[in-house]
Amino acid sequence: MGQPRINSSSEAAALVAQRIRQLERESRRENLGRAWYKLSRNPMSVVGLAMVLSLILLAIAAPWVTPYPKHAGPFTDFANAKIPPCGRYLLGTDQIGRDILTRIIFGLRSSLLMGVVVLALVVPPGVLLGLLAGYFHGTWIDTLIMRITDIFLAVPPLILALAVASVLKPNLWNGMMAVSLMWWPWYTRLVYGLAVALRNEYFVTAAEITGASAGHILFREMLPNVLSPVFTKMSIDIAWVIIIGSMLSYVGLGVQPPEPSLGTMISDGARYLPDQWWIAVFPALAIVVVVLGFNLLGDGIRDMFAAEEI
Amino acid sequence: MSLGRFLVRRIVHSIFVLLGLSIVIFVIARVMPGDPARMALGARAPQWVVDRVREQMHLNEPLTVQYVYWLRGALRADFGLSLVTQRPVTADIQEFFPASLELVLLAGLFSAVGGIGLGVLSARYKDTWIDNVVRVISYAGIVTPSFIFAILFVLLFGFVLKWFPVIGRLSEHTVAPPTVTGMVTVDALLAGRLDAFADALRHMVLPALALAMGSIAQEARITRSSMADNLGKDYIAAARALGISERVVMGRFLLKPSLIPTVSILGLDIAATLGVAFLVELIFNWPGLARYGMTSMLHKDLNAISAVILVLGVAFVTVNILVDIIVAYLDPRIRLRAARSE
Repeated sequence: MGQPRINSSSEAAALVAQRIRQLERESRRENLGRAWYKLSRNPMSVVGLAMVLSLILLAIAAPWVTPYPKHAGPFTDFANAKIPPCGRYLLGTDQIGRDILTRIIFGLRSSLLMGVVVLALVVPPGVLLGLLAGYFHGTWIDTLIMRITDIFLAVPPLILALAVASVLKPNLWNGMMAVSLMWWPWYTRLVYGLAVALRNEYFVTAAEITGASAGHILFREMLPNVLSPVFTKMSIDIAWVIIIGSMLSYVGLGVQPPEPSLGTMISDGARYLPDQWWIAVFPALAIVVVVLGFNLLGDGIRDMFAAEEI
Repeated sequence: MSLGRFLVRRIVHSIFVLLGLSIVIFVIARVMPGDPARMALGARAPQWVVDRVREQMHLNEPLTVQYVYWLRGALRADFGLSLVTQRPVTADIQEFFPASLELVLLAGLFSAVGGIGLGVLSARYKDTWIDNVVRVISYAGIVTPSFIFAILFVLLFGFVLKWFPVIGRLSEHTVAPPTVTGMVTVDALLAGRLDAFADALRHMVLPALALAMGSIAQEARITRSSMADNLGKDYIAAARALGISERVVMGRFLLKPSLIPTVSILGLDIAATLGVAFLVELIFNWPGLARYGMTSMLHKDLNAISAVILVLGVAFVTVNILVDIIVAYLDPRIRLRAARSE
């Protein structure tokens, strides 16, 4: 073992730090491999992952893979309206002659975008507030944050989201804002419970005794330890956000026509039940497929992290 | 005694939550662009009328004063006039809330019976095909939103099989029973009209089932896993070793403690059903609170929107307290813990 020569204590410290970083990198790589192993042991999680990845790819590649990309916009063709599923139109056409398969694939875009954007807007403030309330457990900061959280948790999120969306101009972005405004408290409560427990852990006390700042304790000591439940919740929540988004657009408070969205397609199609059933049923099944994919994947991620914690 | 104090604390807390909610609602309602007085009167009303109504609605006062006026009205169940129906909002809610309540209660019954039944079945025949079928059903129930179930049920049971009616609360040829509670099934029974009761029940089956599917699935999963957990415990082995019959072991020793998590989730699910009933009521054209709320939201009818959200908030908070009481009753450990933490 060719040990390098050490001339001073600062050099030694640098070497130690370097070695620690290297070990950290290795263990991270190892953890990633182990996580993948755990996920892949359950075939349903792998199916979920495959579903989610292909849905994302489909949504991104929509203009190139759909048979009639023009039908995603303001397009009418009354001669070909309400055609049942056939070779030319695999899932049939809607009341003004647009290919339903094409519109479903384009509709995926706003659904997935909604899920991602809402979680991106919701998770950081939700987690931060939960950490703060947990860190200042028992003080007025705790009381203030958690009592406000309680108010938002007192009503099902859909109702308040609908109310907020109804006073705003109806479009995708305001729909996202409305849902986001109602969603953060769930993360605050989750993280708060964890943070209160962490607050009494020895490593947090040790950091405090050595004079670490509040910022260091919050973000370097506590934050990493709440991330796996947060990620698990995110993977399950994204399906919920997509459902709520489709409900908003179902009642006309989300994506506006002619822009395709699964919710609007279902509500338009519901008027043509039962004779032109395909107009409503295929977009409805598309939502089920999206939600199923994210749920299967979410279950896998939950199992993965639960095992990791032991 | 300790349960009483626990209860008082819960209720006081809930009152603060509802006060907070009323502030949130007030802010949402006032954030809206446009003059509420002008919207109430329409574009053609002369300016001096609008000014007078603004004065009457206290719109010229500071926001905090307006909030106090609004809250004082809300406490006396006075939410002003609805723009859509041109009636007092309170009268509308009195008419529409029982319809929703009726639906939600039946949905709750479906989820309790269906969910616990499927869960017990699944746990009893764990790892057999029955268990697998139940697990697939409950997964499907969890991933499918209630409004999609509603559409699929309308199509399948309403139009294709023609088993159940899909619109409204009563058939055209059925004379409505005199209104007492506003819940048609209860009113029909009170009037002794079995035909109207059966008809009303038939109208409720599909919407209630659509609302219940998600929580049936949830209940089945929870019952199964908590029964499976308890099945491995020593006291069950001890009971079996003592030669107590399998029926008693399953029914009395295993089921009761296993139902505690189910009951608490069931209560929350029933309350949440009030929230997701919006689209299901819309699809079945059910004259309930959710549909009323939805219509008022689409017409920016602020008085009605605020009232609906507040009523749902009160219902939600009340159900939560009830669930706490039931769970504390079922599980003596919670009572003891509450007593110790005093």
